[in-house]
Amino acid sequence: MCLGVPGQILEVEGVTAIVDFGGVRRLVALDIVDEAVSVGDHVLVHVGFAIRRIAPEDLAETLAFFASMSEGEGESVGP
Amino acid sequence: MTGSATLEFRDLARGRALQARLERLLAGAGRSVTVMHVCGSHEQAIARYGLRARFPAGLHVQMGPGCPVCVTDTPEIDACVALAQRGLRILTYGDMLRVPGRALSLEDARAAGARVDVIYAATQAADIARESAEPVVFFATGFETTAVATAAVLLRDPPSNLYVLSAHKWVPAAMEVVASSPDTTIEGYLAAGHAATITGFGLFEAFVAKHQKPVVVAGFEPLDILSGLVLLVEQVLASQAEVVNAFPRCVSRDGNRRALGALFRVFEAGDGEWRGIARVPSGELRLRPEFAAHDACVRFAAELGAAPAVALRADAAECRCGAIMIGRLQPTDCRLFGTQCLPQAPVGACMVSTEGVCRIWHEHGLGAAGASA
Repeated sequence: MCLGVPGQILEVEGVTAIVDFGGVRRLVALDIVDEAVSVGDHVLVHVGFAIRRIAPEDLAETLAFFASMSEGEGESVGP
Repeated sequence: MTGSATLEFRDLARGRALQARLERLLAGAGRSVTVMHVCGSHEQAIARYGLRARFPAGLHVQMGPGCPVCVTDTPEIDACVALAQRGLRILTYGDMLRVPGRALSLEDARAAGARVDVIYAATQAADIARESAEPVVFFATGFETTAVATAAVLLRDPPSNLYVLSAHKWVPAAMEVVASSPDTTIEGYLAAGHAATITGFGLFEAFVAKHQKPVVVAGFEPLDILSGLVLLVEQVLASQAEVVNAFPRCVSRDGNRRALGALFRVFEAGDGEWRGIARVPSGELRLRPEFAAHDACVRFAAELGAAPAVALRADAAECRCGAIMIGRLQPTDCRLFGTQCLPQAPVGACMVSTEGVCRIWHEHGLGAAGASA
């Protein structure tokens, strides 16, 4: 039940969104999401409620963080 | 998140580099390091991606009280079973069905004719009640991530026949119990990223200051966990204690203030027993008196009070879930694990839920002869 699932918003109507979870579409409540969301945004969803908008710049920041963490570990790091 | 981003979070080369860094840290330390994660989703990812077998010798990663199903105490299950046996319609999350009470689970009650239905979203509880003329009881369980959803449902003009039986819990309170245990061997904590999405990482600063143990907030992809462990082990070995946010794509310092606001408008923290662990101060989330009209404990007080006492099933006395959940024992230290206690016939709650450490170890063959645990 505690599994959070990221999905992408397809439609917004009032406090409800239709969210795509890798091909499965579900209604998601937007009552408690942390900031305003719109079509195309990614959200983290728990038991039918979006609890976080995942901003594209935050994704980029995380990937850069992984890159920095694995630096200097020899040739095993890919391009 | 896009498919390509998901794959980047599982990049094999980066994963191997992080493993190498962990190995180097442990080899240079000349001693073992014991840390705890506090989330069933972390254990699932560790098992699913085979990370545990690749942890360096000397790195011990214990699972703490991070499975909400596992810490739901037997009297809470018994209360719900009692209401189900009185003929009330019960709605709950699927994980709760097979959790044993003192004698029966909700699934046992259902097999005997009780009406117990599984829901996947908290909003379904209100939707189902709205279509019904009779009282509907939502057995609401889980940590802050699901508690905020229950709160939002009760703040959204719920139907008058919807009653919430709350077994919601507040996970930072359990970390406090583990860290305060006088014989704890835990040197640092990997905090659950999704719960911290709600609470914010700033919440852990007081914990770190008090216990002088580092906390790293981590996500659930393999690279999240490996990089979180690197940051944690580095701090342990340097005798540092700070809060580090290794899950910035979901966690901020202040968390989700809107969700937290909803949570504490509806719930207040109270003391309560966590199954097999201890009395956890401020670990329970109870409905505030303003929501008494939707509180199953208030509406059905007479029914709950009249429920006959039930004897504990005999084999439960040997269950070691409590010691396993505070990191003192591993699943394989329990005599019942994989013999009398199996996913299809669980004795302890840790074998029930897909977030329970015993269930995860059993399903991934950990602890079997020759397997690396």
